[in-house]
Amino acid sequence: MSNSISLTVNGVARKIALDDPRITLLDLLRERLDLPGTKKGCDRGQCGACTILVDGKRINSCLALALSYDGADILTIEGLADGDNLHPVQAAFIAHDALQCGFCTPGQIMSAVGLIMEGQAGDDAERVREAMSGNICRCGAYAGITEAVLEAQTEIVARDRRQAA
Amino acid sequence: MNSFEYVRATTIPEAVNAASAQGAMYLGGGTNLLDLMKGGITRPTRIVDITHLPGLDRIEWLPDGGVRIGALVRNADLAHDAKFARQFPAVAEALLAGASAQLRNAATVGGNLLQRTRCPYFYDVASACNKRDPGAGCDAHGGDTRLHAVLGWSQSCIATNPSDFCVPLAALDAMVEIEGSAPRTIPLEEFHCLPGDTPDRESVLKLGELIVAIHLPSAASRFAAHARYLKIRERTSYAFAVVSAAAALRIESGTITEARIALGGVAAKPWRARAAEKTLAGARPDGAAFRAAGEAALADAQPSGENGFKIELARRIVIRALKLAAAGTPERIPALPASPFAAAAGVLLHA
Amino acid sequence: MPDISLTHAATHTRHGSSIGQPLTRRDGMLKVTGRARYAADHHPPGMLYAALAVSTIARGRVTFLDVAAAKAHPGVVEVITHANAPKLAQDPDAKLHPFMFRLDVLQNDRVRYANQSIAVVVAETIEAATEGAALLAPRYDVEPARIGLDADASFVPNSVGPDFEAEAHRGDVEQGLSTAARRIDAVYETPPQYHNAMEPHAIVASWDGDRLTIDTPSQGLAMARVRVAGLFGLKPENVHINSPFLGGGFGSKGVISGPQVLGIMAARLVGRPVKLVLRREQMFGPVGHRGATRQRLRLGADINGALTAIDHHTRTTSSTFDDFFEPASEVSHTLYASPAIATSYEAVRQDTGTPLFMRAPGEASGSIALESAIDEMAHACGMDPLAFRLHNYAEAEPISGKPFSSKALRECYAQGGERFGWARRPLAPRQMHDEAGLLVGWGVGTATFPAIMMQGEARAVIRRDGTGIVETGAHDMGQGAWTSLAQIAADSLGLDLDHIEFRAGRSDLPDAGIAGGSSHTATAGMAIHGAGADAIAKLADIAMADRRSPLFGASNQGVIARDGRLFRRDDEARSETYAEILGRAGLAEIEGRGKGAADPAAQSQFALHAHGAVFAEVKVDPEFGQIRATRLVGAFAAGRVINPRLVRSQYFGGMIWGVSFALHEHAVMDKRSGRIMNANLGEYHVPVNADVPSLEAILVEEHDPHVNALGIKGVGEIGITGTAGAIANAVWHATGVRVRQFPITLDRVMAPTA
Repeated sequence: MSNSISLTVNGVARKIALDDPRITLLDLLRERLDLPGTKKGCDRGQCGACTILVDGKRINSCLALALSYDGADILTIEGLADGDNLHPVQAAFIAHDALQCGFCTPGQIMSAVGLIMEGQAGDDAERVREAMSGNICRCGAYAGITEAVLEAQTEIVARDRRQAA
Repeated sequence: MNSFEYVRATTIPEAVNAASAQGAMYLGGGTNLLDLMKGGITRPTRIVDITHLPGLDRIEWLPDGGVRIGALVRNADLAHDAKFARQFPAVAEALLAGASAQLRNAATVGGNLLQRTRCPYFYDVASACNKRDPGAGCDAHGGDTRLHAVLGWSQSCIATNPSDFCVPLAALDAMVEIEGSAPRTIPLEEFHCLPGDTPDRESVLKLGELIVAIHLPSAASRFAAHARYLKIRERTSYAFAVVSAAAALRIESGTITEARIALGGVAAKPWRARAAEKTLAGARPDGAAFRAAGEAALADAQPSGENGFKIELARRIVIRALKLAAAGTPERIPALPASPFAAAAGVLLHA
Repeated sequence: MPDISLTHAATHTRHGSSIGQPLTRRDGMLKVTGRARYAADHHPPGMLYAALAVSTIARGRVTFLDVAAAKAHPGVVEVITHANAPKLAQDPDAKLHPFMFRLDVLQNDRVRYANQSIAVVVAETIEAATEGAALLAPRYDVEPARIGLDADASFVPNSVGPDFEAEAHRGDVEQGLSTAARRIDAVYETPPQYHNAMEPHAIVASWDGDRLTIDTPSQGLAMARVRVAGLFGLKPENVHINSPFLGGGFGSKGVISGPQVLGIMAARLVGRPVKLVLRREQMFGPVGHRGATRQRLRLGADINGALTAIDHHTRTTSSTFDDFFEPASEVSHTLYASPAIATSYEAVRQDTGTPLFMRAPGEASGSIALESAIDEMAHACGMDPLAFRLHNYAEAEPISGKPFSSKALRECYAQGGERFGWARRPLAPRQMHDEAGLLVGWGVGTATFPAIMMQGEARAVIRRDGTGIVETGAHDMGQGAWTSLAQIAADSLGLDLDHIEFRAGRSDLPDAGIAGGSSHTATAGMAIHGAGADAIAKLADIAMADRRSPLFGASNQGVIARDGRLFRRDDEARSETYAEILGRAGLAEIEGRGKGAADPAAQSQFALHAHGAVFAEVKVDPEFGQIRATRLVGAFAAGRVINPRLVRSQYFGGMIWGVSFALHEHAVMDKRSGRIMNANLGEYHVPVNADVPSLEAILVEEHDPHVNALGIKGVGEIGITGTAGAIANAVWHATGVRVRQFPITLDRVMAPTA
C-alpha cells in the first residue's frame, strides 16, 4: 500500500505523499499543506473547530484519517471566498458579529455552509441552532451565528433562484 | 497515536482476511476509533480500511418490506432518507439525537454498533479498567459513578453503551449481518454482551468478523405511526444520554396490540424491556398502563454507585416515551430530535 | 508583521466621530477567511514539534520515564525531562509580585498536580512527538492526593483575589441578624471550572543567539516578556512576542504558563524553532482554573423587607504551592444596602494546579450565591424579587459609604424588566407551564463588576501626509480591541478611521497593560486618548507659533482637531490641515505619548462599578428535571459605549457564561487520584448553540464623568454576574426546588418519586 493519496483541495487536484499513516486530514492541512485556517480545538471530535467539507459534507477533520480519504474533494475556509468576494456566510458572520476571538469561526462557517447545503433546517431558527450545535463557541457568539446562518441561507436561496431563472 | 500498518481492503474477503490478525481493527468512519487511538485506549497494529469496499453504502428495500442497511451508510444519510424516516421514525430520530451533524456525516451505522463506552475510567488510561485491561480491576467503583449502569452490570464493570441508534434498533428486532469465517445474521439484541466477568468482550463478533449490514424487518415498520425516541441530556444537544428510551406501539381500536420498549444509557447494551412490553399487550394506552410498564422495565434495576436517580429517571422516560408514541409520530422529526424540549405542540422560541 | 494587515476598511457610517459607532470588526475579514494567524498557525523553517507528557498522579515524584522507548520512535529528536532540562536563570517558584505564578518546568522530579508537565518530546512531526510522549510510560512514587474543599484543614489567607483583604466589615452583622425579622442562612457550592478557551495554549519559539521570538497568545504581553526574559536570563528587549489574535483567553492567558516556557526551553535545547500546543486534556491543570467555593450566606431583613445584615463567608481552594483565592465574597460589598456587612474567607490547599483569574473571578461565584440568597430572602419576606432588590437598592456603596461615580441600575431594572415582561410574573413558584407541559420559571439577578483600570501606554504619530499611526501593545482575545481601540485612536487624533493605522498585539509596542478585569478598553483607550492629545497639542503648538498659519496666536482659545484639520475654536473658518502644518515646519511626523491609569482621586472619592439586571426564563421538564434557559434579557449600564455592536457581543458572551455557570460546567474530580475525569469538551459541558435560544442585551445609557476622561467602565465580565443567579432563581421559580449546589443538574431538580 502506497502512502500516497490524491485529493482535491480547494479546487486544486493534488497528489500527496504521506510521511506517516497516522496523519489526519486536519494535521495534513495545517502542518503539511500550509492551510492553517482550519483549527484544532480538541482533536477529538468534541468542538467542531476543525470542520471542513469533504465531498460537500461537513465533517470533523480531526477524526478523519487522511489515507482513508484518498480521492476526496476537500473545501476549507481558505477556499470558500471567490477571490475577494466573500461567501454569503462569511459576509453574514461579519455583519452579525457572529464571532469574537475567531478561533472557532472557520469551523462555524464551514459547518454553516454544510448545513445550508444539507437543506434540512430551512428558515427555522431552532433547527439552525440544533444543526450548529456541533460547533462550540466559548466566547458565546451563538446569537449572531444563528442570525448569520439564517440570513446567508436566505441570500443563497434567492441567488440560486435567480440563477435558475 | 501508535503507528500501524494501513491496509485498504477492496473486497470483503480481503478485509476479513486482513483483520483476522491479532491487533487488527477495522476503520469505518473513524469517529470513535480515531478518538480512542488518540487517547491511547486502543492501539491497533493494523488498520483495515473498509470505507472503500463497494456496495456497503446502500439502503436496500427488500421484497418483504424490510430494509437492509449497508454497514457503511453514514448515520446522517440514513436519518435523512425520506422513506426510511417514514417507515422507522424512531430510528431516524435516534440517529439525529446523537453526536453532531459533522459526526453523523462521518459515522457509519456499522461502526455505531461497535461504539465504545464513555465511562471515564475506560477513557482514562491511568485508571484500572477490566474492559481495557482484563483483570486490572475497575476504578469506576467508588469513583464518579453518576452516569453508570443500573441494569445488567457486574462487579467487574459498570459501564454503559452510549449508542442512541442501537436503542430503537433493539426495540424493533433489528438483525446484524456478519461476514467472516462463518457468515451469519443475528438479532441485535444478542449482538452486545453484558459484562459479567469479561467486560472486554463487548459483542459476539469474533476476530476478523465484519458487520456488513443491519436489517430491519418489515414488521418493524408497522409501528411507524406510534414510534418515538426520547433522550435526556445534560445540555440541549451534542451530549450523550443520561438515559434514553425508544417506544413503539401498535394501537388498534384504542387498544395496544403490540409494544416495543428499549432503554439506552442504562446498561452495557441497548436494553430491551420485554417484561414491560408484555404488560402493555392488550392494554389501553393510558397513564396507568404506561406506569406499570415503567415499573416493569426497571424492576431489576440496581444502582451501581451514586446513580440511583437514573432508575427513577429511566422509569419516567419509559412512561413519557410511551405517552409520546401513543400520541402519534409527528409529521416531521422535531427541531430538537428526541429532546424533552422538542415542543411537540410547536412552541416557538425566539429567533 | 508581514502577515497581518488590518487595512480592510469595514463598512461603516460616520457622524463625525468613530466612538459610539457600531462598526463591524476590523479583523473580521481575516477571521472569516481563515487568514488570521493564531500562534499555532505559524511554521517557521526547520520547525520541530514538541509534545508534553503530563503526570497522571496528583502528588509524588517521577521515578522513571522510558526515554529510550520515546527516542527509539521514528522522528523523535529529543526528550526533555527533569534529568536533562536546562536550569533556568530564575527559580520558577520565585514570586516577585502577585501576578507571578509558580511554574512547573522540569526543574525537579516533583509532581504537584495531575496534568503537570513531566517531560517534553521533540520530533520532526506532530505524530511522532505525540506518540513519543505516550511511550514515556512514567512511574512514580505516589503520595495520597488531597482533593476538594475538605481536603485539609483550612486557614485564613493573607489576601484574596489579586490583593483584597480576606476580612472586611461595616456595622455589626451579628446584631443585624439577631434583630432581623427574617433570616436566611444558606450554603452554596460552586465547582472547579476550567477556562477552556477554544484555542489551546500554544507557542512557536525561535531562538537567534540570545534573541527570542515567540508566537503565543497573551493577555499581558509586557508582563509576559519580562517573565520570559527573567526565566531565561535575557534582556527583555531581546524577547519579542507576537500575539495579534488570541483564540479566547478568559484569564487563562493572563500569565505565561509552564507549558509555554517549556516550548521556549525545547527550542533552545534543540537549536531549532519549536511548536508546542497543549492537547485539550492538558488544559486541565497547568493553565489555571476557577477554584471551587463553599459560600455561607447569612442575611437578615426587617419586617418591611429591608436588609439588616449580610454575612458572606467563602471557603475556597488553592494549590499546595501557590496562592490564588477566588474572591467570591467581594460582591457583597457593593450590591445591596445593609447597615451591617461582613465578608470573610478561609482556604484549603489541594493537589491541583493553581487556580487563576477566570472571567469575573470572584464576582461570578459570589454573584450566583448572593443572588440566590437574596431571592430566598425575598421569598421569605413574601416580596417580588425585583421589588425586594429595589427596596434594598444601594444609593452609596454599602461597604465604604462612598457615592457611586454613576449607577444607572434602576434604569437597568426598569428597561430589562419591561422588555422581559417581568410584571406578569406570579409570586409563587411552580405556577407557570407552557403548552407542552414544561414548567416555566422567571428569575432576576443583579449584575455588577468593578470599573478597573490597569496601567498602559500608547504612542500616536501624525505623519506629514496627514495620516496617523497609533500603537499600543493591546490584546484582542475576541472582545474587539482591534476595532474599538482603533475607534478611540481615530478620535484621539481627529482623524477618520481609515486615515489611521492602528498597531497592537506585539511586545515591541508600548505596554498596554493586561487585558483583564474588563479594564482593557479603559486603560489602553485612555493611553491612546492621551497620546493623541499629546500629538495634537504639539501640532497645535507648531501652528499657533507660526505666523504663516491661520491658527497663529490661537493659544488662548485653543484648537479643535477634526477630519485631519485644526480649527481655531473662536473662529472655525480659520483652519488648516495637519499635512500643511507639518509640511511648513519641515517635519516628517510628530509623536505623542500617553498613559492610562486609574485616577487616585476618583478612586478615593467614588465607588466605581458597572451594573446590570438580567432576567431569565427557564423551562424545566417536570419529571426529568432537564433544564433549558429559553430566554435571557440583560440590561447593562457600563458608562460610555465605544462600539455597541461589540459591546452587545460581550454581554451575550458573558450571559452565556452565566448559563454555563448555572447549568453546565464543572470539573469532575476523582478524589482518590486527583485526576479530572471529564477533561474533554465532550463531557466538560459548556453551552452549545441550542442551549441559548433567545438572548437580548439592552445597552442602558450611562454617563460617568469620574471614572476616566472617556467615561468607559468595562463590559467583558459583567454579563456572567447576574445571569447565573437569575437562572438559578428561575429554576426555583419553575420547580419550587432551591438548588444550592452548582451547576444545577437534572438529578437535583427531578421531582422526588411520585
